[in-house]
Amino acid sequence: MIVAERKPMSEIIEMVQDCKKVLVLACRGCVTVCSAGGEREAEILASLIRLGMKKAGKSIETTIGSLVRQCDREYIDEIDQWKGEYDAVVSTACGVGVNFISNLRKDTMVYPALNTTFFGGSAKQGEWTEQCAGCGDCVLHLTGGLCPVARCAKSLMNGPCGGSVDGKCEIHSDVECVWQSIHDRLASFDRSAQMEVIAPIRDWSTAGHGGPRKIVRDDLTV
Amino acid sequence: MSFDPAITLFSCHYTSQQSCAEEGKELEQLGFPASINLVRVPCTGKVQVTTLLKAFEDGADGVYVVGCPEDGCHNVKGSVRAAKRVAAVRDALEELGVEGGRVQMYHLPRGLHPEFVEKGKEMDSRIREMGPSPFQN
Repeated sequence: MIVAERKPMSEIIEMVQDCKKVLVLACRGCVTVCSAGGEREAEILASLIRLGMKKAGKSIETTIGSLVRQCDREYIDEIDQWKGEYDAVVSTACGVGVNFISNLRKDTMVYPALNTTFFGGSAKQGEWTEQCAGCGDCVLHLTGGLCPVARCAKSLMNGPCGGSVDGKCEIHSDVECVWQSIHDRLASFDRSAQMEVIAPIRDWSTAGHGGPRKIVRDDLTV
Repeated sequence: MSFDPAITLFSCHYTSQQSCAEEGKELEQLGFPASINLVRVPCTGKVQVTTLLKAFEDGADGVYVVGCPEDGCHNVKGSVRAAKRVAAVRDALEELGVEGGRVQMYHLPRGLHPEFVEKGKEMDSRIREMGPSPFQN
């Protein structure tokens, strides 16, 4: 999922300081799963916005809404049900949602309530870790299903650096050396020889270094 | 400047059970502060972050939660969950530039123990010292 976390309240209050009424818009997609921008978090945020504005001697009305997702046109259209009820939308979606509303609603000011952070998973309640960098050229079939692009601090492609100690990365003792894990996992499948194969220089153009990426599926367009 | 604070207490059904004896008169006789509005909940684990924030929106100068001991909650982890939510509200208050101490969590034994009254007095004096809620504008 896309993992995000709420922005500091000082930033959010600054965004809405001139508003009289805002639509706090939750997203029931990834950010609900990572407890950053679902309906519950939108309710909390609306309350904090009201309190923050009250402290500043201002009043603000909040309407709370939610969309199935904020990354598809058909769901964005549902914003029209709150027409006239807000000066601005405070979106608790990831950055995709904020961009999508901005793209599709020319007259609507949209503010991001979250900092969108990474593609990750949750192996432990309340904890999320980065697992994928969305680089557009997956090598997981060569690395035992563990991603060196996202999970190696240097995104190395040919084994660990000299900072790998006892299975940990030199940047922090809590961080695993994913190359040690790749080695151990390949060994458990009797595929250690894969470690000897030299990975070629990567073409990073698929990772966004060639500009914003786009996928067109002719079989789905009408 | 002295003022009469409004404090909201969310208390676990079990912890506050004896507090309601004789319609609360026993509590009053023991010196439980009149500034505290006691709201009994089936389990403090049911108290949401929004519940605590709403108390501030409704005019409370301070809010606190009293639940079972951490290792003896009737609903196993209810009071531990409550403590986490209180901590989240404390962090949020501080983000807004408000004293985090305006919200507190206490784990107390069940029944009417002296600690229940003591913690009420402690909360009352803390909030009096802090003054009116900055959300009262």
